Amino acid sequence: MNKVLELLEPSAVVLNYEARDAEEIISVLGEKLREAGYVQDTFVAGALERERSMPTGLPLGGEINAAIPHTEIQHVKRAGLSLATLAREISFHNMVSPEEEVPVRLVVLMALDQPKAQVEMLMKVSELLQNECLIQKIMQAHTYEDVRDALSDL
Amino acid sequence: MAGKPKTILVACGTGIATSTVVANLVEEALRDRGFNIHVKQCKVAEVQAHLDGVDLIVTTTQLSGNFGVPIIKTLAFLTGIGKEDALKQIIDALNTAKV
Repeated sequence: MNKVLELLEPSAVVLNYEARDAEEIISVLGEKLREAGYVQDTFVAGALERERSMPTGLPLGGEINAAIPHTEIQHVKRAGLSLATLAREISFHNMVSPEEEVPVRLVVLMALDQPKAQVEMLMKVSELLQNECLIQKIMQAHTYEDVRDALSDL
Repeated sequence: MAGKPKTILVACGTGIATSTVVANLVEEALRDRGFNIHVKQCKVAEVQAHLDGVDLIVTTTQLSGNFGVPIIKTLAFLTGIGKEDALKQIIDALNTAKV
């Protein structure tokens, strides 16, 4: 099993979600990680603050763009991943050029517990971001199992 | 390549997530091309404190200020878009870095 699958919390996979904005989807995913015991009560506020000051929107050059919200390790109990596909594009800001907006439909919210400890997972997440075919499969997923099957190709 | 290793400082917002990916990919790509390099990571907010011995800064977020070394801002190692071009910029910057 690859590290993304290993760390992806099934109850924190939200598919075809109608979010109003970036804050809403970060809150929804962060709350699911909290309920599943991965993060502190302060995690959502930490992730929202970090997104405001240093956004995580990534233009991927294809039809679908992604965002990878995350925050400081002190808000995290143990490493975990949550994932959302969005029914409609919502606006994030570009990580490297924050004045630019990026219309996003795939959100991977990451809970990282130690510096440098999750290298393998992070490398797999970047592989995912670079694989348009795999992203399309995830966008079409109806269940966690569909996402799991798609990610097993990583 | 002979000589003292060049040091690249990779900075991102938290210093643990995207810089980890970039540091790994840059290190691997440059080693494959025969460069003797050392890669460090930090938060963008802490760049000033990590400048010792640094020849080049690579960052995935905004970074303002003059640190006396070249700065390359790129998402290429995360998204794959323009990766060869970003690598070329890094190599050019290292080749012109002071020994």
